[in-house]
Amino acid sequence: MTDINQNDVAPPSAIARMFKNFLLIRESPIAMFGFALIMMWVILAILAPVLPLYDPNTPLEPFKFPLSAARDGGHYWLGTDHKGRDILSRVIFGAQTVLVWATLATGVAYIVGMFMGVVAGYLGGWWDEVISFVSNVLLSFPVIVLYIIIITYLGATGFNIVLAVTFASAPGIMRIVRGLVLDLRTRDYIFAAQTRGESPMYIMLVELLPNARGPLIVDACLRLGYTTITIAMLGYLGLGLPPPDPDWGKMIAETQPLGSFAGHMAVVPAAAISSLVLGFNLLADGLREISMRD
Amino acid sequence: MEQTPILECRNLCISYATRGGEIPAVIDFNMTVMPGQGVGIVGESGCGKSTVALAIMQYLGSNGYIKSGEIFFHGRDMRTMSEEELRSIRGSKIAMIYQEPMASLNPSMKIGEQLAEVPLFHEDVTRAEAMQRALELLEAVKLPDPKRIMDAYPHQISGGQQQRVVIAMALLSKPDLLLLDEPTTALDVTVERGIVELVKEISAEFGTSMIYISHNLGLILDTCDRVTVMYSGEAVEDGTVNEVFDDMYHPYTSGLFASIPLPGADKNERPLVPIPGQLPLPHQRPRGCFFGPRCAFFKDGTCNTDKVNMRSVTGQEGHTVRCARFEDIDWSEGDHAAVTVKSVKSGKVVLKVRNMKKYYEIRSSSILSMIRGDAVKTVKANENINFDAREAETVAIVGESGCGKSTFAKVLMGLEEATDGEVILNGEDLAHVSVQKRKARTVGHLQMVFQNPFDTLNPSHSVGSQIARVIRKFGVEKDPEKVRAKVNELLDLVKLPRDFAHRRPRQLSGGQKQRIGIARAFAGNPALVVADEPVSALDVSVQAAVTGLLTEIQNDLRSTLLFISHDLSVVRYLSDRVVVMYLGHIVEQGTTDEVFSPPYHPYTEALLSAVPIADTSVEQKQIILEGDIPSAVNPPPGCPFQTRCQRKIGSICETELPPMKEFKPGHHILCHLDEDVFADMEPVIVMHEKGEAVTVS
Repeated sequence: MTDINQNDVAPPSAIARMFKNFLLIRESPIAMFGFALIMMWVILAILAPVLPLYDPNTPLEPFKFPLSAARDGGHYWLGTDHKGRDILSRVIFGAQTVLVWATLATGVAYIVGMFMGVVAGYLGGWWDEVISFVSNVLLSFPVIVLYIIIITYLGATGFNIVLAVTFASAPGIMRIVRGLVLDLRTRDYIFAAQTRGESPMYIMLVELLPNARGPLIVDACLRLGYTTITIAMLGYLGLGLPPPDPDWGKMIAETQPLGSFAGHMAVVPAAAISSLVLGFNLLADGLREISMRD
Repeated sequence: MEQTPILECRNLCISYATRGGEIPAVIDFNMTVMPGQGVGIVGESGCGKSTVALAIMQYLGSNGYIKSGEIFFHGRDMRTMSEEELRSIRGSKIAMIYQEPMASLNPSMKIGEQLAEVPLFHEDVTRAEAMQRALELLEAVKLPDPKRIMDAYPHQISGGQQQRVVIAMALLSKPDLLLLDEPTTALDVTVERGIVELVKEISAEFGTSMIYISHNLGLILDTCDRVTVMYSGEAVEDGTVNEVFDDMYHPYTSGLFASIPLPGADKNERPLVPIPGQLPLPHQRPRGCFFGPRCAFFKDGTCNTDKVNMRSVTGQEGHTVRCARFEDIDWSEGDHAAVTVKSVKSGKVVLKVRNMKKYYEIRSSSILSMIRGDAVKTVKANENINFDAREAETVAIVGESGCGKSTFAKVLMGLEEATDGEVILNGEDLAHVSVQKRKARTVGHLQMVFQNPFDTLNPSHSVGSQIARVIRKFGVEKDPEKVRAKVNELLDLVKLPRDFAHRRPRQLSGGQKQRIGIARAFAGNPALVVADEPVSALDVSVQAAVTGLLTEIQNDLRSTLLFISHDLSVVRYLSDRVVVMYLGHIVEQGTTDEVFSPPYHPYTEALLSAVPIADTSVEQKQIILEGDIPSAVNPPPGCPFQTRCQRKIGSICETELPPMKEFKPGHHILCHLDEDVFADMEPVIVMHEKGEAVTVS
């Protein structure tokens, strides 16, 4: 008996475990496809500076259609816009903006929303009343109006976009987390933690939140998609990041009037938005499907 | 006269298609149900007993299928029937009763209408006739005030009443066969007793055949004529109830009986014998006999070569056993039950509870109650709790749901503060000190083992880190090396391999999780451990191992164990003293022998008669309590038990709280009954001399 007991096996590291869990997405073709779409944009965005692309902000030859030859012997694979800027280059550099700010905004919204949710769900009472009331007020506000108010009032900077998205998304996240916590708090391991005198903060962060992660990961994927749309929409409304850096939403807004004879100028960034959002949605769908199985 | 069987399963094999390929759930299953017969299927979770029932209903779900074999219903193979025919049979010729009554009833329909649906669908009757039939059956299942219940929604009646409605619904179309899948598992013992009696009466009255699926051997003994014992998808023993219970031949069957606390078992002189190991997963079943690796009579070359077939026992036609060497087994060889444990002397008083009261206030926010001025209602969850617990002693707190035992545990653990009274642990009054204000050492001295093994460990953290947290929290050790050593020590204590520290809770079986729960409770060298139904969610064969472990550790560390349970068999086996609670009151307390023998409190008497006992030599007095446990929001005046008492003497019970009478020092009963009535009480459980013990010639 003692022999079996002596083998102290090294624990699998946290990274190894995450990687193993991640490999589960191979079980769902939908998730794999969504993940591939996202990764395509991520890789393009990271490699943008070293890819053989024209500068996204330099006017070259205006109104070129896709696949047309450039003066310097190269090609405008996706054409150029009305100012003569290379669309392929602008879309890829635009991916940088969208990916960075969408992730950052969703991340901040999640931190705020999760904290509100776990406090409302676990502490209950007045905490719950106040947080739920504030959330309901925010949720009852038309989102677009909220964005316009925040951005026009505070100015169009990346930080303010994060702030706007947090205001709009955190109440929804709070509701999901609160619901999950209301269920989880009745589990025996929470009683066990209470009976050994753990502080509420420890119980909320260490005992409760990690167990809510399953549904939250799925929701985070969906929300990343929504935030991508939001950022594009703000750009379209002229509330996005200041020029001249490329922004998918603004690219559509600028070239939309020319759609009747040079449709590609608006279609390409629109397709870029759709493909990225589709990627997030499919990944979310696939993850949900995987988590539903045993 | 030769009768045709109602139902016959021949060589039935059922499989599920899963990600990992085909999983055979039931293998080579045979069963015959004659008209009017009750057939029991007994086995632990995962043995395939519910799959058999679902196959009979042809309800296997999208991934289950019958691989081979036949199911004959009235001589016709059900596999050849069309969907249409099956639909007309289900619910009218074969009816099924599930474990959770609430899940079987439509919450948005009145009960009368739900019941009337059955004849309206299956027969050509008018609505009025259907309603009339529904009412008659509600009377037949002995529901009080059936007219009111016809008009009620399912959530407005109690769990026991719901199950009666489900039975009424099943009987409405006068089925030939009734399938009961753990019909009383979710109910309290005294309510269960009523349902079981009802099922017996009904099968006698309507001549319905029954297939009764349960993990509880006692209930099978009570309700069935024949019994099939299943293990890992196979029937391992089949015969009449008397044959299987008194003259069992399969080592698994005898192992099951050895691991349940029958009257006569004693934790010191005759401890329970757990079955070692655990049920193999369907895709990891061994060669030959599936029970081989856990069997004390395993013989290399015989048991692990060929598939074992069911064979008849000589002289007992119809009694079949799936064991390759049941004739050769010398049962005395495997009888290592002779290990006796030294009994432990209890020491000084550790816990003293004096006049403890816990009231909750419920605020109703409805406008009506605010106008009436009764917006605040008091729930008297605990009234005048008085008892002592000594060092190294096991004190059982017994009672059904709603009796206040969990509230008491919460006050003791400091999750709630007592309304009044004292709870003194080692000289320190904790009644009004919540857990956050207690000293780390006090908190460590008072720990708890929880009921649900699937809930007791946090699924997100490794087992080792959860134990380590407790060690650090109670200040037993701080140094990381020493903490790790202590974790290993605790894993040794609960007899689990040390590398379990790196595992996640989901990689553990129910019994293993419960062992970790025990390790965690004993990490702070506790003076008192509260165990809230620690084994009730585990399988029988595992229960014995976990209770054994719990007592062993308790004896070694001389901790006090407060054992909260509704299962009187385990309580009798495990505890030194018993406290019986009903609706917040202690109605009886004393040593285990005093409580389990007369004089009894009428409630104790009823509880004892309600426990299903899987022993043919035991005779139990039949006491069936009427109705359900009253709500603690609106308790009856006078004696708390007066609404259901079988010995009620009159108006005094309805007006005055009875006095606490002392019979022997320490044996108290809360009752108005006269001394001579108590003196005349007969024992509820009588054991007869067993005609023949488990021996094989």
